[in-house]
Amino acid sequence: MSDRPEVNKTRRNILIATGCAGGVAGVATVIPFVASMMPSERAKALGAPIEVDITYLAPGEMVRVEWRGQPVWILHRTKEMLDDIKADDVKVADPKSERKPDELTPEYARNEFRSRKPEYLVVVGICTHLGCSPTDRLKAEPEPFDPDWKGGFYCPCHGSLFDLAGRVYKNKPAPDNLRVPPYTYLTDTKLLIGEDKKA
Amino acid sequence: MAATEKLPVTGAGPFNAVLTWVDQRFPLVATWKEHLAEYYAPKNFNFWYYFGSLALLVLVIQIVTGIFLTMNYKPDASVAFASVEFIMREVPWGWLIRYMHSTGASAFFICVYLHMFRGLLYGSYRKPRELLWIFGMFIFLCLMAEAFFGYLLPWGQMSYWGAQVIVNLFAAIPFVGPDLAIWIRGDYVISDATLNRFFAFHVIAIPLVLLGLVVVHLLALHEVGSNNPDGIEIKKNKDPKTGIPLDGIPFHPYYTVKDIFGVSVFLLVFAVIVFFAPEGGGYFLEYNNFIPADQLKTPPHIAPVWYFTPYYSILRANTINFFWVDAKVWGVIAMGISVMAFFLLPWLDRSPAKSIRYRGPIFKGALAVFVVCFLILGYLGTLGVTEGRTLLAQVCTVIYFLFFILMPWYTAIDKCKPEPERVTK
Repeated sequence: MSDRPEVNKTRRNILIATGCAGGVAGVATVIPFVASMMPSERAKALGAPIEVDITYLAPGEMVRVEWRGQPVWILHRTKEMLDDIKADDVKVADPKSERKPDELTPEYARNEFRSRKPEYLVVVGICTHLGCSPTDRLKAEPEPFDPDWKGGFYCPCHGSLFDLAGRVYKNKPAPDNLRVPPYTYLTDTKLLIGEDKKA
Repeated sequence: MAATEKLPVTGAGPFNAVLTWVDQRFPLVATWKEHLAEYYAPKNFNFWYYFGSLALLVLVIQIVTGIFLTMNYKPDASVAFASVEFIMREVPWGWLIRYMHSTGASAFFICVYLHMFRGLLYGSYRKPRELLWIFGMFIFLCLMAEAFFGYLLPWGQMSYWGAQVIVNLFAAIPFVGPDLAIWIRGDYVISDATLNRFFAFHVIAIPLVLLGLVVVHLLALHEVGSNNPDGIEIKKNKDPKTGIPLDGIPFHPYYTVKDIFGVSVFLLVFAVIVFFAPEGGGYFLEYNNFIPADQLKTPPHIAPVWYFTPYYSILRANTINFFWVDAKVWGVIAMGISVMAFFLLPWLDRSPAKSIRYRGPIFKGALAVFVVCFLILGYLGTLGVTEGRTLLAQVCTVIYFLFFILMPWYTAIDKCKPEPERVTK
């Protein structure tokens, strides 16, 4: 448009510069607000390991304990349960816990039973799909979701199945095996969950 | 000064003077005329045209009851559940206000779903109403967010595990997902921090956005004019002298009266539900939500409230990993697209006719099958998972998406009847 008054370049440049400076200040102001939504210092600190006494955990029984606000299951597996786990190898998606090992399975649990000692399973009871806590269906008996059920865990939210080693069944919504938290045995009957360095 | 040039207000009897005073300082008469007395809506509105105004009514109910609920509710994980029970048992009439709010949430979705279905029936999203439809879709998204944030507040089992599942949807996003989920929760699990911020979103952030969107939705509607069951433009046939559409009647008093009748019937039904079945058989208020949140135990049967179940079914219908992407991620993507697909309707539909009255059998069939699939998905979403149900959900999910994906073709080849020149009955 030729009839428009000529643009004063200096003024235009000052306007652009002011606009940019204002924009930078605006973005800088947003940062504290966004950052304020991250976990607080207190939330970060509440991650201490916990001790669990498993003296009275009979074979075939399971306890739930809370660690970092999440359920951790400790299951005392019987001989039959361990045999069933071996038989499950063909049904599960990741029998040897090879997927995302650093995130899900500490080195000492990268075995068929996913545990330090075969009898005791220690896993975080949170489904790797969308975070529900699966229910235990420990008995080997026909279930509506699997007529040939060998015992394990069933997630009521989206139907994922896990065997007694916390390994996910093939073609279920959950992508991965249940997470094994860092843990260690303080004595034969006392577990420390949340840390695995102390021997 | 322009203000002094305005004519004085007449016809308001003793209020003429005060209204004139206001009108000279505020576009009172102009606004009244533009949006009510001289907003000409098609004269052939039918039953389906009640739900827009009813949705607005429910919005008002939700805001008013919400204000009174916040007077006694405490957004603190240790006392939130108890404070809701306090409202129910100790606050005078608290039970009524709470049940109006919880029933109102379901009523809101019933109205909005029927309002959207009306749009599908009569092609109300078609040119020139694309933007109107998009604003409406944003209202729908806000409503879903509002319902989701609000559902955590009673801090029951379903509140807790529902929020856990939905927030974990974000964790499925590649790379940034896990950190994003932590940012949303403000913690590593759903906790007090999450409850507190969801309260802030539910009572301040989302309602403000929602109200703004409702205003622009109405402004856009009054700019382009209402569609009607015949799907033809009444602005094409105007009285040459007055410029008023021949098939239009002023919104006020004609449709204000019609809508007040709708409001009366609606309130009757609403009151019956609030008084006699506020839990809606476990669909409006789930029984598990009367158990305080327990972060170690998911309830044996978990399902979202009914208005989310179709999308929830689509989410869990994805059980197969392919293209090196987890089924989990596909589920989240499919669920997202299933909601977003409605945004594209104005451009997917190529039919020469807007209204179902003049469309051919293919679209009628497609819409019917789509609605049936939507309802089946909704029903399946309230149930537990079995192999048969998963298969059915997968079939319905595929049909759901085919309705959108194939729309440009089947609407183009459909045999439509000619649209009339003027609106019919």
